[in-house]
Amino acid sequence: MEYLSIFFDQVYKILFLLVPVLVSVAMVVWLDRRVWAFVQKRQGPNVVGPFGLLQTIADALKYLFKEIIIPSSSNKVIFILAPIVTMTLALIAWAVIPFSATQVLSDINVGILYLFAVSSLGVYGIIMGGWASNSKYPFLGAIRSAAQMVSYEVSIGVIIINVLLCVGSLNLNDIVLAQQDVWFVIPLFPMFVIFFISALAETNRPPFDLPEAEAELVAGYQTEYSGMMYAMFWLGEYANILLMCAIGSVLFLGGWLSPLEIYPFTLVPGPVWLILKILLLFLLFALVKAIVPRYRYDQLMRLGWKVFLPISLIWVVLTASYLFYFNLLPVN
Amino acid sequence: MIAHSIFFYTFSIIAIVSAIMVTASKNTVHSVFFLILDFISISCLFIMIGAEFLGMIMLIVYVGAVAVLFLFVVMMLNVAQQKNQWFASEDSSKHIPVGLIISTLIFVELIIVVGGWKYKPDLFDINNSIETAKVSNTHALGQVLYTDYIHVFQISGMILLVAMIGAIVLTFRKRAGVKTQSYIKQISRERSDGVSILNVESNKGVKIDD
Repeated sequence: MEYLSIFFDQVYKILFLLVPVLVSVAMVVWLDRRVWAFVQKRQGPNVVGPFGLLQTIADALKYLFKEIIIPSSSNKVIFILAPIVTMTLALIAWAVIPFSATQVLSDINVGILYLFAVSSLGVYGIIMGGWASNSKYPFLGAIRSAAQMVSYEVSIGVIIINVLLCVGSLNLNDIVLAQQDVWFVIPLFPMFVIFFISALAETNRPPFDLPEAEAELVAGYQTEYSGMMYAMFWLGEYANILLMCAIGSVLFLGGWLSPLEIYPFTLVPGPVWLILKILLLFLLFALVKAIVPRYRYDQLMRLGWKVFLPISLIWVVLTASYLFYFNLLPVN
Repeated sequence: MIAHSIFFYTFSIIAIVSAIMVTASKNTVHSVFFLILDFISISCLFIMIGAEFLGMIMLIVYVGAVAVLFLFVVMMLNVAQQKNQWFASEDSSKHIPVGLIISTLIFVELIIVVGGWKYKPDLFDINNSIETAKVSNTHALGQVLYTDYIHVFQISGMILLVAMIGAIVLTFRKRAGVKTQSYIKQISRERSDGVSILNVESNKGVKIDD
């Protein structure tokens, strides 16, 4: 009986987190398309619902009622597992994101490592989908994206080390609280820029959307998918983008802290600030998609390994020596 | 405690079954996927005994990087299409004794280690000061790794670095006649390098030489 009540308590909390995340994924798809359209002087989706807000829900309904076609030469189990893996990994990471000092589903000691682990697992959904389709375009897309995501994870890891040097804890709430005096975006600004660009590559967003470059690879790893399975890939991708925005705002923009600790700002609760910061980063993501042309594959690899990795490594040395010299290392 | 043992047995059964399936499955790509499942359930076991740092590092390093490279290699070699007939073939029987000897050795070693740990704990140099200090897992590991074992730690890092450089040197070769694009040239290209405006007299034309 005791276990049951704990179980239902947790399920209630999880639902209270996941349902808003899923709804905001739907809204964010709409926002992305609207921003993209406004940059190109188009209207964008504006017909379904007020301002076209229900467009994504209409699209999802359409996908739901479409037939799921499984290619006869595909590896069926892995083919079906791939979108499930993508969607699940995009959602389980939200368990450790702190929305305020107390509002966090599980406040674990190694929160940032958990996020890093989950985002490094994200590549499996794509590899599985690409391989199981048993066709050349998905396979090429999967190989590309595996190499791309593994490369950019390295620099994201080094950037996380930079932040951890300043915090002295792997707990996400400690990372947020360490930014009470100054957000890390100011002392670590170059790292923030590199993190943002690496996050674009990690989530296969333009200008790094080579795994699904339509001119060369049809739709990359999603080519053979249809109906609800395609929609799961699509929504999982946007959930991942939101997650990267959340990680960015926790690491660099002070998470749920308000920008100024003075009267009118302190009235606004923490979650609202976090959501505003996530939205700000997402707007940047959407603008980049509309503005920047696609990278070439060798340029992408060069940027990851020969530019970002050395810069972030050197910055680790700089941060560590600065903190050590001025005796600022967070030792407890 | 009941919930604890339920979780423990679930994860360990998944780990053992998937470890068996790694060797038993006919499709090599499936083998790698079972290996990943094995890694994940073992990291769950790590987290269950409170070694959360090790569990997460296991996920990041083994599942996030090593297994991706395994998958890469296995998919590139296209062994998926070959049906694994090795088990049924003649020369597999030659390897069985060797395999048996190695696995017996590992088994005996494990029994010695675990048995010794269980019945003679003072044989093992477990630093008790850290357990009592009530610091987080990551902290404790760092305290041991960067003080007592710093030389071992650095040597293992050097070995990995040497292995990496060796692999790069072995595969690196200069091929003649390969056209590469120099990004510095591409970026520093000016309008005057590509375009020149000429006044063309009518009925005479322009001679372009190249």
